[in-house]
Amino acid sequence: MKNSLQIVAEPVKVVAPKKSLWIDAWKRLKKQRSAMIGLTIVLFFILLGVFAQFLTSHPYDGFNTDKILISPNSEHWFGTDDQGRDIFSRILYGARISLWIGFFSVIGSIIVGCYLGLIAGFYGKWVDTIISRMFDIMLAFPSILLAIAIVAVLGPSLFNALIAIAIINVPTYGRLIRSRVLSVKEEEYIMSSKSIGMSNSRILFQHILPNCMTPIIVQGTLGIATAILEAAALGFLGLGAQPGEPEWGKMLSDSRQFLTVAPWTLLFPGFAIMLTVVGFNMFGDGLRDALDPKTK
Amino acid sequence: MKPILTVDNLQTHFFTDSGIVRSVDGVSFQVNEGETVGIVGESGSGKSVTALSIMRLLPSRVGKIVEGSVKFQDIEMSKLKEKEVRKIRGNDIAMIFQEPMTSLNPSYTIGNQIGEAVRLHLKLNRKQAEKRSVELLQQVGIPRAQEIVHEYPHRLSGGMRQRVMIAMALACNPKLLIADEPTTALDVTIQAQILDLIQQLKKTSNTSIIIITHDLGVVSEICERVIVMYAGRIVEEGDVRSIFESPSHPYTSGLIESLPSLDESVEWLETIQGNVPIPSQMPTGCKFAPRCKFVMERCKQEEPELIDIGMGRKSRCFLEGKRKNV
Repeated sequence: MKNSLQIVAEPVKVVAPKKSLWIDAWKRLKKQRSAMIGLTIVLFFILLGVFAQFLTSHPYDGFNTDKILISPNSEHWFGTDDQGRDIFSRILYGARISLWIGFFSVIGSIIVGCYLGLIAGFYGKWVDTIISRMFDIMLAFPSILLAIAIVAVLGPSLFNALIAIAIINVPTYGRLIRSRVLSVKEEEYIMSSKSIGMSNSRILFQHILPNCMTPIIVQGTLGIATAILEAAALGFLGLGAQPGEPEWGKMLSDSRQFLTVAPWTLLFPGFAIMLTVVGFNMFGDGLRDALDPKTK
Repeated sequence: MKPILTVDNLQTHFFTDSGIVRSVDGVSFQVNEGETVGIVGESGSGKSVTALSIMRLLPSRVGKIVEGSVKFQDIEMSKLKEKEVRKIRGNDIAMIFQEPMTSLNPSYTIGNQIGEAVRLHLKLNRKQAEKRSVELLQQVGIPRAQEIVHEYPHRLSGGMRQRVMIAMALACNPKLLIADEPTTALDVTIQAQILDLIQQLKKTSNTSIIIITHDLGVVSEICERVIVMYAGRIVEEGDVRSIFESPSHPYTSGLIESLPSLDESVEWLETIQGNVPIPSQMPTGCKFAPRCKFVMERCKQEEPELIDIGMGRKSRCFLEGKRKNV
């Protein structure tokens, strides 16, 4: 039977040159200067965090009562704080904490948010109503207030701050994916996969989810910046990092009373926070343009 | 011949905010084994909804089969659970959609998508599924099938994608194939190729086919029997030849007259005046009466029945009844 039909002469039209979406996006991304600067900053901080122990000879928690509030010099590049700890080392190890919180809180929010958003968008009706109202209620609170409340319940620690930040960002991703699902589920290929007898859950995770991921990736990159800021804010309020942990926000709050006598104690952590956030934002903006050229 | 599909008094309604739309309003027909049946009609005549009702693929929130039965072989489709319907879909009854450009998921390769159907129903593993995909692609006449299985849909042209859709539909050797306007979105040369392909497939396998179209040219080429639908009802049914030679219902003759002909040059093509009535303003009598050239007083009062006019033909027109009585 299979050879009974002649192969038709119609040539296979190659519409686009052979490259995947990601290679394509990377090419567009490379052309944007701000995105590349952002990426460089992000990579720079990642490297700082990863190789922290090789880049400095000072321990981040080395108390030294002889060297309190020393201004930047050749031995302590960024100076020391009120406990005599090397600020440069603390910034390096702090990069680990901030990036850690940034990545994992966003991944947590995305997993939970995607799941809820997919279900809400796909099944609609009362499922949608319940989930969407839940998101609305969460979004009605100022996010930092909600995070404070959650940390207050869980108890202040770095890990609980991560959980709190993940929770407060769930609605952002949930709503984003819900709106994508609403349009993707009307696509013909969804109907055609139904017509070959596919089950709902398989359609949901195998056909709808992959087609909703691009805005999530973009939002996630930008979300890391927000998460880092929120972690710093919680640290500043004493609800995130605990004394001794080199968290940037915590460093700011610990040394704010020395603003006039030792400005470097605030300047460098503040600068680190600003740079990473700017880096992620620039990279995220560029990524959005690269992944979805139409929106530009 | 044994009927493979029996649709009896099917009524599918849509419950919208602006009222109930009777998209399919008491449709009955049969499809025999190995037979090709065409369903023709204008947009909004209920042909696609009939197909979706058979497959039970109506949008669950608004569309609903309110009455009637769809029997596939001896299985009553409307009584099956969703899970049981899924076993039939794609396996025994397959469907081809109108838009090949959007009917394939852009995130997966061709082989992956064809393989999905076979993996689902025939429980093959990944490797066997890929082998079967290549076979199917060769069967629908795609050159370089070995390479195409690894391609993404955006690299294929419309005609190629429709071939892929057909390959997907054929994956499990279905007993019934429903093609919902399979050629509408394609250009003319590709249309002819796809029709050729469907015809060849019909010869090689004993699949019954329902072709839904508004193109009478397609019908005359590959169908054995035609069902003409208007405003959710069947207005005429019969074998292709006799319907084209002597259409009984004024709507059918209107459709045939509005086909352009190469033999004679005319300045204006014939058209049927007006549009399909919108659901909220359905006429009380014959649904076609406001547009009919031969409208009588009676047509506006009562609706004609679908009567048997001999030779396996049916027509829903008072004129036909008169002709018969005299």
